[in-house]
Amino acid sequence: MNAVTGPLESALAELLERFHAAEAVALGRAISLVENERPGFEDFLHEVLRVGPSAARIGFTGPPGAGKSSLLSVVATIWRTRNEQLGVVAVDPTSPYSGGALLGDRIRMSDLATDPGIFIRSMATRGSLGGLATTTKEVIDLMDAFGFDRVLVETVGVGQTQIEITAAADTVIVVLVPESGDAIQAMKAGLMEIADIFVVNKADRPGADRLVKDLRQGLHLRVGTVLESEPVYHGLDLDRIRRKESGEEFKGPGWSPPVLSTVAQSGEGVEHLMDMIEAHRSWLEESGELEERRRARGKVRIQDVVDRELRRTAWHSDALLAVLDQGLDRIQKGKDTPYSVAWDIVNRLLR
Amino acid sequence: MLNIDQKIRVLVAKPGLDGHDRGAKVIASALRDAGFEVIYTGLHQTPEMIVNAAVQEDVHVVAMSILSGAHMTLFPKVRELLDGAGANRILLTGGGIIPVEDIEALESQGVGRLFGPGTPTTEVIDYIQNWFVGQDTF
Ligand SMILES: Nc1nc2c(ncn2[C@@H]2O[C@H](COP(=O)(O)OP(=O)(O)OP(=O)(O)O)[C@@H](O)[C@H]2O)c(=O)[nH]1
Ligand SMILES: [Mg+2]
Repeated sequence: MNAVTGPLESALAELLERFHAAEAVALGRAISLVENERPGFEDFLHEVLRVGPSAARIGFTGPPGAGKSSLLSVVATIWRTRNEQLGVVAVDPTSPYSGGALLGDRIRMSDLATDPGIFIRSMATRGSLGGLATTTKEVIDLMDAFGFDRVLVETVGVGQTQIEITAAADTVIVVLVPESGDAIQAMKAGLMEIADIFVVNKADRPGADRLVKDLRQGLHLRVGTVLESEPVYHGLDLDRIRRKESGEEFKGPGWSPPVLSTVAQSGEGVEHLMDMIEAHRSWLEESGELEERRRARGKVRIQDVVDRELRRTAWHSDALLAVLDQGLDRIQKGKDTPYSVAWDIVNRLLR
Repeated sequence: MLNIDQKIRVLVAKPGLDGHDRGAKVIASALRDAGFEVIYTGLHQTPEMIVNAAVQEDVHVVAMSILSGAHMTLFPKVRELLDGAGANRILLTGGGIIPVEDIEALESQGVGRLFGPGTPTTEVIDYIQNWFVGQDTF
């Protein structure tokens, strides 16, 4: 069973046409097509992604209630005054109990609610068990391909989702608040490695200065001692660390994440944040890191899609399901193990 | 198995000037607990804001909570804007303090079922679920 075999089915061809004509309704529908993995969605993505990535992808992550949406809304409003076209993807967790979700990020973006130059989409994490679903990353690609100058992504920082934002954004902004604890906690959570920019929001509250200082110190520890301070989280890439240490990783001078403080409501510190976002963009482009990040993203995508296709091919095939069933019978009779059955299925898949 | 579970997406909207969104929040959480994906946009939403959000979020249903008495203008207005935006497949439903004759009038104008105060949330959930069955959508 092959995706990307031929012309799109007529309904999708029509959707594609309207997508290319930059109709908001078509983007809304296309996102659902992808999010729900409806038949033909990969062919649709294949068509749409013929144009490579061009938007600046900016991720906002951090603990619940840190002010990610408020901050995003403030910077978005300023970019809109410069007539930049913006796409926003706001991801909130699916309730593991009901499978439902309450998506409330738009509440903070009310001021932009009728602005035709910004498109906001709320998404639930659905089945991704804490990570960023492949479909979420595909939706970000859709937004990019639609032609926005920037695609802003908000994810709640809990474990793997937070780490995986690096797989979706070029610039990762980690938003913390004075109540978030100290730099050691940020280190343990792997934040030191993912943040391109740290923001201590709610700087109108006590403790902000202390956290800023603490984070700066924590970041300082890393300089020149990459291996010592690289946190041991899932997915540690030793190769990359080696290259980083030997200086091969960066073609230009390195980037040290700045630590800023903001008050989202008053806009204090926001101009500085925006300057840093621009500075990071220039660094990404000049150092070659942007190409590197895009390549890494491409690799993960290819692997994800291969995994997904294989899984679908296997478990949607009556013949292979029959092999599985018969295997289970033999296992119950003590005549076989799960491994030989699995190998049998893999061999048949590869034939 | 590949898990293509069709999530029902609902925009819960609170138009108008009154500042009471308790009812909207109750229905939003009840729908969430029933497994729906609920987009909640906060107070004081204009029809334009609601329709813009409905299009971007590509929801199946818009549920409006109206206590201000402005239901006879707000429901038809949102219906008209939805249709104008090419979103005529979206179900418009809602609740509030709405007299029976108004409910009948609105239903004849393409608005779905409307629920009075104190309606058990399960009734709303059942209504949306039953409507959803057989909808051709992605
Ligand atoms: N005092 C103060 N409150 C703020 C600031 N920024 C945001 N808030 C408030 O913090 C609360 C949460 O803000 P959000 O922007 O919704 O935070 P969030 O990180 O997007 O929250 P989730 O998406 O729910 O994780 C709101 O009540 C905001 O008004 C700030 O700089 N100072
Ligand atoms: Mg938020």
